[in-house]
Amino acid sequence: MTETLSPSTSTASSAESTLAPTSTPWTPPQNDAVPATAWPDAATPAITAPDLSTSVPAAVADDPWASATTAPPATDTADWLGSAPPPGGTDLGSTHDSFALHQLWDGSLPVESWINQGLDWVVQHFRPFFQTVRGPIDSTLSGVEGLLLSVPTLAMVGLLGLLAWQFAGRAMALGAVVSLLVIAMLGIWPEAMVTLSLVLTSLVFCLAIGLPLGILLARSDRAQRSMRPVLDAMQTTPAFVYLVPVVMLFGIGNVPGVVVTIIFALPPLVRLTSLGIRQVRPDLIEAAQAYGASPWQLLTKVQLPLAMPSIMAGINQALMLSLSMVVIASMIAVGGLGQMVLRGIGRLDMGMATVGGLGIVLLAITLDRITQALGQPRRGARHWWQTGPAGLVWRLTQRRPAPAAPAPMDSAEAALAAHIH
Amino acid sequence: MAQPITIEHVFKVFGDTPEIAMDLAYQGCSKPDILARTGHSVAVFDAHMTIEAGEIFVIMGLSGSGKSTLVRLINRLIEPTAGRILIDGRDINAASDRALRALRRKDISMVFQSFALMPHMTVLDNTAFGLELAGVGKAERQRQAALALEQVGLAGWGDSYPDELSGGMQQRVGLARALASDPSILLMDEAFSALDPIIRTEMQSELLRLQKVKRRTIVFISHDLDEAMRIGDRIAIMRDGHVVQVGTPDEILRHPADDYVRSFVRGVDAAAVFKAGDIARQPITVVAEHADRGARAALKLLQDQDRDHAYVVSPTHSYLGVVSADSLRTALQGHVGALGLAHAYLPGVQPIIEDEPVSELIGRVAQASHAIPVVAPGGHFRGAISKNTLLRFLDRDTPPIEPAATAEAANATTL
Repeated sequence: MTETLSPSTSTASSAESTLAPTSTPWTPPQNDAVPATAWPDAATPAITAPDLSTSVPAAVADDPWASATTAPPATDTADWLGSAPPPGGTDLGSTHDSFALHQLWDGSLPVESWINQGLDWVVQHFRPFFQTVRGPIDSTLSGVEGLLLSVPTLAMVGLLGLLAWQFAGRAMALGAVVSLLVIAMLGIWPEAMVTLSLVLTSLVFCLAIGLPLGILLARSDRAQRSMRPVLDAMQTTPAFVYLVPVVMLFGIGNVPGVVVTIIFALPPLVRLTSLGIRQVRPDLIEAAQAYGASPWQLLTKVQLPLAMPSIMAGINQALMLSLSMVVIASMIAVGGLGQMVLRGIGRLDMGMATVGGLGIVLLAITLDRITQALGQPRRGARHWWQTGPAGLVWRLTQRRPAPAAPAPMDSAEAALAAHIH
Repeated sequence: MAQPITIEHVFKVFGDTPEIAMDLAYQGCSKPDILARTGHSVAVFDAHMTIEAGEIFVIMGLSGSGKSTLVRLINRLIEPTAGRILIDGRDINAASDRALRALRRKDISMVFQSFALMPHMTVLDNTAFGLELAGVGKAERQRQAALALEQVGLAGWGDSYPDELSGGMQQRVGLARALASDPSILLMDEAFSALDPIIRTEMQSELLRLQKVKRRTIVFISHDLDEAMRIGDRIAIMRDGHVVQVGTPDEILRHPADDYVRSFVRGVDAAAVFKAGDIARQPITVVAEHADRGARAALKLLQDQDRDHAYVVSPTHSYLGVVSADSLRTALQGHVGALGLAHAYLPGVQPIIEDEPVSELIGRVAQASHAIPVVAPGGHFRGAISKNTLLRFLDRDTPPIEPAATAEAANATTL
């Protein structure tokens, strides 16, 4: 086929030289009113080669796209070509069913309208499905949000401070408390909690999707190969592009905000989980297998623990990226700090935008430090509950029964605990 | 308890279509040929041997000779392309995944060149790793792991992490991990190669000691012939995937199968491998039939043969003593009638036990004025080692010792 067409390529390109300014593929799709038959005549010069009149219909008949493009009258690219001189194509008879091979290279493929129709179709037929997906996200989100907002500000600051102390040490706890107090003083506490609940909810779903997916990608090279472009696309496609379809499918509000955030924040978690598991030394895998580890044991006792620093880095990245999505998500009516920033920009109220931005930064730094500290391998104490504030409580509860209860087991354990510390 | 391993015509081809390479292999193509024609690497080529229960079987070869692949075929970390491997008569390639895991958890342990200790676990947890996988309760597995650590001399290190230990200690942990489940088969993949020479010798002794405590079938991979000769009951030498020769250390030293093995064993310290009994030769022996005569006959024999010393054995061939022409003459001086040989024994002759390594004899042989007698642990006379014998043995470039040994044996005379 290509061989018979090759002479026409040259005619097409020569004809195109006159069309050059108008036939660029970048022009956006236009209104739906123009009849379908209008667009091919914008791009017919290639068909003028008489020897093609027989081969082209055959190609059209073979092509599955042909029917899709002709059926709805919405297809159109002619409007933007309206100013161009009418192409010299006279032989329209062979191409009147609206698709021709030459469209593959002269940039007149109606890809954009296909996408629009595809989306319309999905919205028409699958909206109930997406509304069902909404359910769990919605309930998680409102649960988290209700919880965060119901706790009094100072109690919440104290709680987060304790968490930071437990997992990141005393200095970090101090930093966390100070930044949270600053947020409270700025008067943006409720907004910050809404944002935090959004971020945490999307993190929950990122973990639920990303960890299994990362494990799968680490196991199978084929899955890795096929998922990589998808992950690339998720990470690099501008958020504005999928903002619209997400709104069409999920409506507006916090739930689509979480969905958009998940799309953006998921890839690094998947990648770093997969990478972490793949980087486990092969001799350790071999050793585990040589000692009779089942695939599940291999995963839970060797691969995941050893990949943990990498996975924690992934979680940290997912958190950071979700926070950076907050402002964009606010464009689809997601509340919180992002909304403040957006509103500030809209009203040219720099003060409002800056305060919102500062809140995001402080929240980000606090979350980042805590999750990074979680990724550090811990040694010394055998269990996490033996350090930090929990360790304090633990020791208190352990010490008390030791002299009181003469039960041999208890006192032995307490003695052991005392010995450890 | 120890289990034998039978390896029956095992092939392993790495590549996508091993059948093609196998066809070529059956047609007699060599490994480089097959690699050039199909891009497939034949790692193990028709390995066929039996590893006896309770022996230390060393598989030797240079890197790339397929020895590591062969050992991984035994616990099926790698699936063979063709052939069967039987452990205690059971074909492990027919085993289900579950049965295979049970086998690996209970019967076959492995020690790795890189130690392969889990960095996120303490030494005790590492040692208990196999037991943990087998589902043994925490208290029980920690008790067994502590015992295993004690066996390798690391009691009290249980709470450390592997990276806090030296290389030698880490490999002791590796060994303890392998011993914790009390397996009947131990696979050691260049287990001591990453250790420095002194620690390596120490670990070899440790292994031999453990083997004395409880006999296991040990398959030991090594590229160090001295190590192989020291610890191996039998040795298989591999080259390009082929098993070139299987035999005891001195079979391999005495009768190398081909030039490759010969060049391989040239550098080995033979004095450490060969035992006194291996190089002892038959000197003139005199059998003391009666306690009260024989001295005169012995003296005549020595004079006729122009020799200085004779070795006296009992009729059951037990060693009794050494006489020399001088000592016989002195004993007979002024004596009338028959005299027992016992009167003419040289004083202070300490016979060598036959399994002493040659390297430890050099001083004693050099100091003695005569060939030193060699006896079996029961007192049975094995021969004698003279300075001449020892020098000829140590001179590695002159052709082997066995023709001389047989010629000398023909010289023995019995009275």
